[in-house]
Amino acid sequence: MAGVTLRDLHKSFDRTEAVRGIDLDIADNEFVVLVGPSGCGKSTTLRMIGGLEEVTAGEVYIGDNLVNDVPPKDRDIAMVFQNYALYPHMTVAENMSFGLKLRKYPKAEIKQRVDKAAGILGITELLARRPRQLSGGQRQRVAMGRAIVRNPQVFLFDEPLSNLDAKLRVQMRTEIKKVHQKVKTTTVYVTHDQVEAMTLADRVVVMNGGIIEQIGSPDEVYHHPKTRFVAGFIGSPAMNFMPCRLANNGAGLTVQVTDGISLPVPPQRKSHYAPHAGRDLILGLRPEHMTEPRSDAAPGCVDFTADIEVVEPMGMETMLFFALNGEDICARVSPDAGAAPGRPMKLLAHMDHMHLIDPATQAVI
Amino acid sequence: MATLDQVTATPSSLFRSGKSLKRNRKWALIASYACLILFVIFFLFPPYYMLLTSFKPNQVIRSLDGNPWSLWTIIESGTLDHYWNLLTNTLFPTYFVNTVIVTLLSVALSMVISVLAAYSLARMRFIGSGILATGVFLTYLVPETLLFIPLFKILGTLGLLDSIWGLVLVYPTLAVPFCTWIMIGYFGSIPKELDEAALIDGANHMQMLTKIFIPVAIPGIIAAMIFAFTVCWGQFIYPMAFIYSNENLVLTAGTVTTLIRGDVYHWGGLMSGALLAAAPPVIIYAFLMDYYIAGLTSGATKG
Repeated sequence: MAGVTLRDLHKSFDRTEAVRGIDLDIADNEFVVLVGPSGCGKSTTLRMIGGLEEVTAGEVYIGDNLVNDVPPKDRDIAMVFQNYALYPHMTVAENMSFGLKLRKYPKAEIKQRVDKAAGILGITELLARRPRQLSGGQRQRVAMGRAIVRNPQVFLFDEPLSNLDAKLRVQMRTEIKKVHQKVKTTTVYVTHDQVEAMTLADRVVVMNGGIIEQIGSPDEVYHHPKTRFVAGFIGSPAMNFMPCRLANNGAGLTVQVTDGISLPVPPQRKSHYAPHAGRDLILGLRPEHMTEPRSDAAPGCVDFTADIEVVEPMGMETMLFFALNGEDICARVSPDAGAAPGRPMKLLAHMDHMHLIDPATQAVI
Repeated sequence: MATLDQVTATPSSLFRSGKSLKRNRKWALIASYACLILFVIFFLFPPYYMLLTSFKPNQVIRSLDGNPWSLWTIIESGTLDHYWNLLTNTLFPTYFVNTVIVTLLSVALSMVISVLAAYSLARMRFIGSGILATGVFLTYLVPETLLFIPLFKILGTLGLLDSIWGLVLVYPTLAVPFCTWIMIGYFGSIPKELDEAALIDGANHMQMLTKIFIPVAIPGIIAAMIFAFTVCWGQFIYPMAFIYSNENLVLTAGTVTTLIRGDVYHWGGLMSGALLAAAPPVIIYAFLMDYYIAGLTSGATKG
C-alpha cells in the first residue's frame, strides 16, 4: 500500500497544454476523485499516474518512489477503463488471471486470488464465460476483478461508470464503495459526474482547464467552494449566480440584487464582508437555499417576491424557475408550497448559506 | 367532425403504406434474384464448360457436331481418361506437391512478415510510420510483369533460379503488401484500451502481439491468409520465368507447359488439370468463409 504524490505536474500535447501544474498528495488507502468538465485534464492526470502518458514536466511519486520513467507494469497499479477493455478471447477467469500469469505466479495462488476477487464481486458463476456473454454491469465487475486480483498499491478508475445506464450506474457506484471498504487500497477515480464524485470520494479534486480549482472533502467543496467554478460545478441543479451590489446603508450590510430586492447580510458574516462594501459582486445561492417561507427558518433568512415562470414538480420537491436581474434562477420548494406559473410567490432566501464572488478574480470571498 | 375524419383516416392510411411497403420489398427481391441469377450463370458457366470438357473423350471434344454444352454427351460417352492420364503419365502429382510446398511456406512467411509489420505500423508510434504504411501499400501497385526482370537478376545472383526455394522467396513480395494493409486495418480496429490494459497487466510488445492481438485478430489474419494463399497458388508469371526444369514446376505453369505442345492443345487434360488445381482454393474458401466474415472483437468493449 502506498500513497500517490504529484508535484507540479505538466502535460502538453503538441502545443496544447492539457495539465498545467498539479500538486496533489493522496494518502495511503484514500479514495480521491478527480472531477471536472471534459477536457479539464483529469484523465490525462490519471494516465500519467498510470504511466500511459509521458510526463512533460513535474514528478509523480507512488509511495516514496519517483515513477516518471518507470513503465506501467512496474508501477504496481491496476486500472479500470471506461469501456472495460476486457480481452475478448479469454474467459472471465483468464481475463482476471492474465496479469498474474505474466508475472509467473504459481497456479494455486492465481486460482485462490481469482476465486477471492470473484467472491468479493459476486461473479463466481461467471468465471467460465467470455466477455461478450456478459451484460454491461457484469463486464464492469470483471474489469474491477482484474484490478483486485493483482492486489496493487493503487487503483486507477477512468470514468468506469459512464457506459452504464442510469440505474445500473447508481448500483455500481455503491458496489465500488463497498469494494473499497473491503479492499482498502489507494484509489484515484476520474469522473465528470459530480454526484459520483460526492458520493464516492474521501476527498474531491475539482479540476478545470488543466489546473486544480479546489481540493477538499465532499462537504467542503459543496458548502465552502473556493471559486465560482467549483460553486457552479458541484451541486445539481447548479448554484444560482446573480450580479449584486454589497451596500452599506443605515440598516447595515445588504446585498442589493435589484432595486426592489435587498437582502441583509446575516450578522455573523458582517465583519467578514465589511471590507468589500460598495463593490459590485456576484451573489451565489443554491436552489435549496431559496425555499417557501417557513416558520422554523434560521435567523438570517429573508423573504422576497419572485414572478414564477416555470414549475417542475419532482415528487419530493418542486423546482421553480424565475428571472432575477436578468439571470435565470432556480428555487427548490416543498411540493405543497402552492407554486403556480405566471403568479408571484413569496420565497425565503437563506442568507446564512450565501456566497459572494469577486467578479474580477472569480474567487469566493 | 373534421377531427373524427382525421382519426379514422389514420389507421387506413397506415395500412395502405404497409401494403405498398410489402409490394416494394417484393419487387426489390425479384430484382435482386434476377441479377444474382445472371451473375451466377455468367461466372459459373466457364467452370461448367471445363468440367464438361474434362470428361469428354478426345474425338467428342474435336467433333463439331452437336451441342458442346449439353450434359448428354457425358452421360453417353463420359470418360475419366484425361484424369487418369494426367495423374499417371504426366508430372502433375509433382507439380501439385511443389505447389503445396511453395504455397504453404510462402503463406507462412508472408503472414509472419505482415503481422509483425502491421503491428508495428499500427501500434508503435514512430517517426515515419504513416508514410511507411502508405509505402507498403504502394509497392502492391507495381505489377509483377514489371518486377519479374529485376527479380530474375536477384534470384540469379542468389543462385535460386530454377528452384522452388526461389519461388518461396519471391511469392511473399506479392502477398506481404496487401496482407500488411489488411492487418493494419484490423489491428487499428482493436481498441487502444486493450493494449493499455495489457501494458498495465505487465505484457511486453511481443506478449501483447501473441497473447492479445493475434487471438483477437484471427478473423483478419484468416482473411489475409486466404488472400495470400490465392495469390501464391495461382501465381503464373514468376514460375514461368524463374523455373525451367520440369520437375521443379508448379501447377499453373506446369499444366500449361505439359499439355500445350507447340500448337497442339490437349483440351481434356488441360481442363481436368485446371479443375484439380482449382480445387484446393475452392475447398479452403468454402470452409473459411465464415471466419472471413465473423468478427471476434465484440464484447471487448461496450458494444
